[in-house]
Amino acid sequence: MAGTLVVAELSHGSLRRSSLSAITFAKQVGAPFAVLALGAGTSAAAKELAAFGAQRVLVADDPTLHDYVCERFAPTVARVVQDGSWDTVVVAATAFGKDLAPRVAAILGAGYAPDINLVKIDGAQRRYRRPMCAGNVFGWLEITTPLQVVSVRQTEFSAAEPGSGASPIERVALAPEDAAAKGIEFVKLEATTSQRPDLAEARVVVAGGRALKEQFMQVLEPLADTLTAAIGASRAACDAGYAPPELQVGQTGRTVAPQLYIAIGISGAIQHVAGMKASKVIVAINKDGDAPIFQIADYGLVQDLFTAIPELVKLLRAQS
Amino acid sequence: MKIVVAAKRVIDPENLNKLRLSPKGELDSTGLEQKANPYDEYALETALRLTENGTNTKQRLGEVVVVTFGPKATEPMLRAMLGTGADRAIRIDSTDDLLDGGVVASGLKALVDREKPDLVLLGYQQAEHESNEVGQRLAGLLGWPQATFAGSIESENDTALVVGREVEGATSKVRVRLPAVVTVLDKIVHPKSVVSRHTPANHAYPDGVRFAALMAIMAAKKKPLAELALGDLTREAPRIRYSAAELPPRRAAGVKVKSVAELVAKLKTEAKVV
Repeated sequence: MAGTLVVAELSHGSLRRSSLSAITFAKQVGAPFAVLALGAGTSAAAKELAAFGAQRVLVADDPTLHDYVCERFAPTVARVVQDGSWDTVVVAATAFGKDLAPRVAAILGAGYAPDINLVKIDGAQRRYRRPMCAGNVFGWLEITTPLQVVSVRQTEFSAAEPGSGASPIERVALAPEDAAAKGIEFVKLEATTSQRPDLAEARVVVAGGRALKEQFMQVLEPLADTLTAAIGASRAACDAGYAPPELQVGQTGRTVAPQLYIAIGISGAIQHVAGMKASKVIVAINKDGDAPIFQIADYGLVQDLFTAIPELVKLLRAQS
Repeated sequence: MKIVVAAKRVIDPENLNKLRLSPKGELDSTGLEQKANPYDEYALETALRLTENGTNTKQRLGEVVVVTFGPKATEPMLRAMLGTGADRAIRIDSTDDLLDGGVVASGLKALVDREKPDLVLLGYQQAEHESNEVGQRLAGLLGWPQATFAGSIESENDTALVVGREVEGATSKVRVRLPAVVTVLDKIVHPKSVVSRHTPANHAYPDGVRFAALMAIMAAKKKPLAELALGDLTREAPRIRYSAAELPPRRAAGVKVKSVAELVAKLKTEAKVV
């Protein structure tokens, strides 16, 4: 039947919130949809997923699916798509979705629209919009195959809200283990030492520039802790060795789009702005009132950061 | 170990903010320099580290073949990669309008069937389209295991790799038996990200990719660079079509606040983000 298959993401049995962005996409395109959950011990997640108006919740539940590896998941997703004759497969554009979706598309010979931020429907034609070129361009694309595979950005497809309905839950069979599945072995998941959210997923990002010098972490960590924020850095701060390179936000670093981005002692070089300008609210704190960052900031504060940040931390803590 | 590295020539990422739209609404990259996709350069660096003793990088313990899809103008990029240390290069003659992730993966599959490498390395995505799909598609077509978002690789006797995949807030470690497809992040070029039995355990590489010495650039002119027609490898057509482009809305400057207290008040009552 025509309609959308949403592939949910589970983390050791619990539903990841990103899955609800994929459900939002399915609701927007309007056709009937089902949700597929793969894992070992899926009953709690399946019950949760049954509240979103899906025609069915499908579960592939097996000990071999305890830890995600694409080689075990993709063939089963492909098989469910074929058995159900779904015309669209959607995942959230997380590491899971981005790893899985292209392999599913390859197995099924389908076109893939990655990381979309908008879908428009003109009659039978669906057009997808996606950021490209480090956020400098939005491209519009169409998929020319009957089956369309899509991954959606969580920043623009907000999480679906549960309703009162209860979709029927059905078990689906696993695809047989092939050579690729035999060739990969999950070893372990090592949590990053930092308890902070990842830059790409954080609701708030606190980013610092070269002005922070050796006190980069000392100044930013209390603020990040208060706001449960991820820490980012300008390229200048990374190049100078004040911040590790993986924190770099910008054209040659990470691209982020949080609800709140606080740029601290960052001048606002084009290179940096490219990586954060899609943020919902931008705050700039810099003692140089002429810094270009103020041209794109919603709220600007011209003050020395070494006095402003401790004060900000104090006031925010007093509030909560 | 024999490794194929796939590389794409792209607009220099430093200049992507200079892209304009033509009056017809098409992307205009006139005058913008083109260079190797940085993540593909990291893939080449990874291939070189896996096939050498890090204390004697002149001797290659295996073979590294770089491949690109593109017009003749992409040959200087391949020559530069030969100068950096690759042994051979292959250019699959094509233009971007004939390609999408599916076509490239299909062409690479045919090439891999001929070349029979132990490993295919690619950047996790290219800087223009950022679609992050060729490696996964290629692995799917070959029926090989894949390890995407690789931030570390440890070779186990060149028959398997333990790959640290950087996922949200964690590293997912997987062991892939070769042959396999691996796509790399920038972290892979940190001093100790790539480990193999050929290099002493205490050896640390300089951070980043290596640069070709002048002598090596001269010598690279004699290294083989083959050309193949796209139609020799695949008859597939693109499955997606980019029909239009637009520039994202520009942000307008907001307001200046006078104090930290005013900032907190605005964030709370006006923006409602804290």
